[in-house]
Amino acid sequence: MESTAANFKENALGALGDARLRDALDKLSGGFPENRRKAAERLPEFEALRDQARDIKHHVLENLDHYLEAFEARVVEAGGTVHWCRTAAEARTTILRLCKQAGAKTVTKSKSMIGEEIAINEHLEHHGVEPVETDLGEYIIQLRREPPSHIIAPAIHLSKEQIADTFREKHRDLLADRPLEEPRALLEEARGILREKFVAADVGLTGANMLIAETGSTVLVTNEGNADLTYSLPRVHIVLASLEKIVPTLEDATTILRVLARSATGQEMSVYNTFCTGPKRPGDLDGPEEFHVVLLDNGRTDMLGGEFHDMLRCIRCGACLNHCPIYKSVGGHAYGWVYSGPMGAVLIPNLIGMENAHDLPNASTLCGKCEEVCPVRIPLPRMLRAWRKRQFEAQNTSKAARAGLRFWAFFAGQPWLYRIFANLAVGALHKLSRGRGRFRRMAFLGGWTTLRDLPAPAGKTFISQWHGKKPSESGHE
Amino acid sequence: MSNARGEILGAIRTALKRPEAYGAENISVQQRIQAHRANLIPARGRLGTKARVDLFIREAEQVQATVARVSAPAGVPREVARFLAKNNLPMRLKTVLETSGKVIPWSEQTLLSVEEGRADGSEEVCVSQAFAGVAESGTLVMLSGADSPTTLNFLPPTHIVVLGVADIAGDYEEIWDRLRREKTTEAGRFMPRTVNWITGPSRSADIEQTLLLGAHGPLRLHIVIVDGDA
Amino acid sequence: MSEKPATLPTHVGLFATCLVDLTRPQVGFASAKLLQDAGCQVSVPKAQTCCGQPAYNAGDNADARAIATKTIKAFENFDYVVVPSGSCAGMLKHHYPGLFGDDPDMAARARSLAAKTHELTAFLVDVLKVEVTGVAFDGTVTYHDSCSALREMGVKRQPRRLLAGVGGLSLKEAKESETCCGFGGLFCVKYPEISGRMVDAKVDDIVDTGAGTLLSGDLGCLMNMAGRLHRRGIATEVRHIAEVLAGMADGPAIGAAEKKTD
Ligand code: SF4
Repeated sequence: MESTAANFKENALGALGDARLRDALDKLSGGFPENRRKAAERLPEFEALRDQARDIKHHVLENLDHYLEAFEARVVEAGGTVHWCRTAAEARTTILRLCKQAGAKTVTKSKSMIGEEIAINEHLEHHGVEPVETDLGEYIIQLRREPPSHIIAPAIHLSKEQIADTFREKHRDLLADRPLEEPRALLEEARGILREKFVAADVGLTGANMLIAETGSTVLVTNEGNADLTYSLPRVHIVLASLEKIVPTLEDATTILRVLARSATGQEMSVYNTFCTGPKRPGDLDGPEEFHVVLLDNGRTDMLGGEFHDMLRCIRCGACLNHCPIYKSVGGHAYGWVYSGPMGAVLIPNLIGMENAHDLPNASTLCGKCEEVCPVRIPLPRMLRAWRKRQFEAQNTSKAARAGLRFWAFFAGQPWLYRIFANLAVGALHKLSRGRGRFRRMAFLGGWTTLRDLPAPAGKTFISQWHGKKPSESGHE
Repeated sequence: MSNARGEILGAIRTALKRPEAYGAENISVQQRIQAHRANLIPARGRLGTKARVDLFIREAEQVQATVARVSAPAGVPREVARFLAKNNLPMRLKTVLETSGKVIPWSEQTLLSVEEGRADGSEEVCVSQAFAGVAESGTLVMLSGADSPTTLNFLPPTHIVVLGVADIAGDYEEIWDRLRREKTTEAGRFMPRTVNWITGPSRSADIEQTLLLGAHGPLRLHIVIVDGDA
Repeated sequence: MSEKPATLPTHVGLFATCLVDLTRPQVGFASAKLLQDAGCQVSVPKAQTCCGQPAYNAGDNADARAIATKTIKAFENFDYVVVPSGSCAGMLKHHYPGLFGDDPDMAARARSLAAKTHELTAFLVDVLKVEVTGVAFDGTVTYHDSCSALREMGVKRQPRRLLAGVGGLSLKEAKESETCCGFGGLFCVKYPEISGRMVDAKVDDIVDTGAGTLLSGDLGCLMNMAGRLHRRGIATEVRHIAEVLAGMADGPAIGAAEKKTD
């Protein structure tokens, strides 16, 4: 996936001017956050479960090597294979090799953010294997050749009219004048087309929401049931997952499932939670004959033990996106890569390099809403600041901003000098405002005054007035 | 690529400042796995039998499943026929007859034509038996196996599930325990190829956040609870 | 306000914040009055400037640390440090200690300062346990929960509790009172269009309440919202909560004209 994260500002400006996107984002903010709130209210133990979910993930990260080895041993005992991959390229090569071995022409896929991360579709296509996304939203954006704009609702940015246009353009075999006004008609059309693909597929490629060390199981969470058709119909099931998806036991997975759907969509449980363990057993009437887990590092071990360690707790629920006022203003594509919102702003620089995603950690007010709703309590604002610190230290902060800050910091560090200049400045500004109480334009704050007035200072600083009035109470210096 | 495993594990140990591969942590990790202790279990499902079954029904209906109760396995075919008739569905279904679960006398309901086997996508209606139900969220637990192919649960537009009242547990943790108790093999494994938790019929809100049922999986999920002894 | 035994008055250092100092002194006076009425001895050290947050949030920890050092030295001898801003209070309380990772002495001093630092309304309610009496404000107000006050300082019910004691005042909650207004310090200058979208949503939400006055406890947010309200020609008045609680809400509101000509 080509990144445009470096162009965040331009991307964001484009997004702000897009009225259709705005409607879509309004719908999102009307739905998910309210549903999450209700679900949380309905479960008195919700906050305590969040603590436990955080602790489970934390514990796993501290012992990641042991849990991965345990997981691998159980997969092998169940008749499956684990493929360890350091990089996106290794994972692509491995998956392609497995597809070729299976003689695959068509690979059905259920939504996997790791799949997006390593751009597996492009790779398979390039080598003559047809990848078919089966999650409805993911299918739509695959047809449009777009990246997902939300980690759990990939086509959230599109209107039904746009989707209908895409279907008419791509589904050439169907009657040109068929009615496609209603979401139901769009769903039925996609369902029909994908049914044939499910049956024809030689390999099913899924992601995993979790990997369970106790049993060697992989956990899949969906609402549509597409993942279940993806692994149960073809001859080969490949699971693509990154290292940090591991949890110790079925009980631990259960705790995380209790907070996952509630945080994501506000459901008590997603419709389908699936635990896959190895290939088809003797006597089974269906199921895959081969079971492969592609275990991907792709930058995770670099995050481990460092400033971004806690980000590896993320269970990809999307709550931080749904509640982020920046995300709700510009949508997911502005972030320019497969992830978005607060988790994307922390993760993307880790995965594609800070220099390629300079704006992402800065485009935040650090309002803290993301951390407030994150089911595993990831301190996202702290990590955004950590990126800013690295940028500042690497002199990646713009010259003007650095100069401005140094100037301000210099005065702030010299109280007596600060006082003199402060009094002069506010006096001058006050005069300039001529009693109107505000400015409509202010050269050095151009950005501010394009959309807002600037309230004018009152004329004298508080400190000078206080000390002028009440010398007796001036206190310590 | 052969060395990827070693390099990844090595990188983890370096990052965790713990170059020794096997030590006390490994033992405590093994112990934690073996103990598989339950974490906090919400109080919601901890109820007496009647209230638990009621909660299961309420929660399942909350997520657009429909629920009926019959007093014995013999009542299942009549209930299925009634449900199909009411929804204008064909009186034809696919299921597995040889089962370790309840033996359902399908042949007594002559209106129904019953086919046997896994699903291939041509069926309108499939019937399968649940291993358990979970009251906490109205969830069905389905195990794959010779008598319960996974495809029955996902391919048909109408999925009917038979669930014994005694198999309705309060929470998921009880199900894991039961699975370990009843299914552990000589090799010490208990997980079937697939465990499916199913909570309501399939759905998608990917188009403009409009909730639509029947995305890829079933549009209708009908649960028939069988009272009386299992 | 209730009396405190006169034996040893609680000595409070008022950290006015740079925005109050430079743009709206009456918030400083109102804060001091509230504290004095509650029986505190109030001092305003001259050595205070800014809390250092602009530098800190820009990743410039060295400068933030230099400023923090000055602030710690200026305030560490008071019984309490009170700040009429959740954001600056949050900086002192939650971020100063982390700035001195390699200097145990300063880190300890930062922690002890943090332990006695409070946001103004939380200090009045939780520490001094005072009620507001004998103050009036005629009209309907709505209250914006600034992000730092709400999420870093746990300020939510305290301002509402105090407002409940103001005669004639009725509080109309906004649906999105907990949503960020888009100020974010340098954010609003660096990303003015995104910030603009956020403050517009905020303004719509405020207008929906029908309240005549918008209150909050953070001047940065208030200036941002007042600036947008004025630009959109909306007459809602904007004030810091301290002005209302201290009965000092008779001067021009934030960004409003001094004389009645505008
Ligand atoms: S960071 Fe937290 S809230 Fe955001 S997606 Fe990850 S788990 Fe969910």
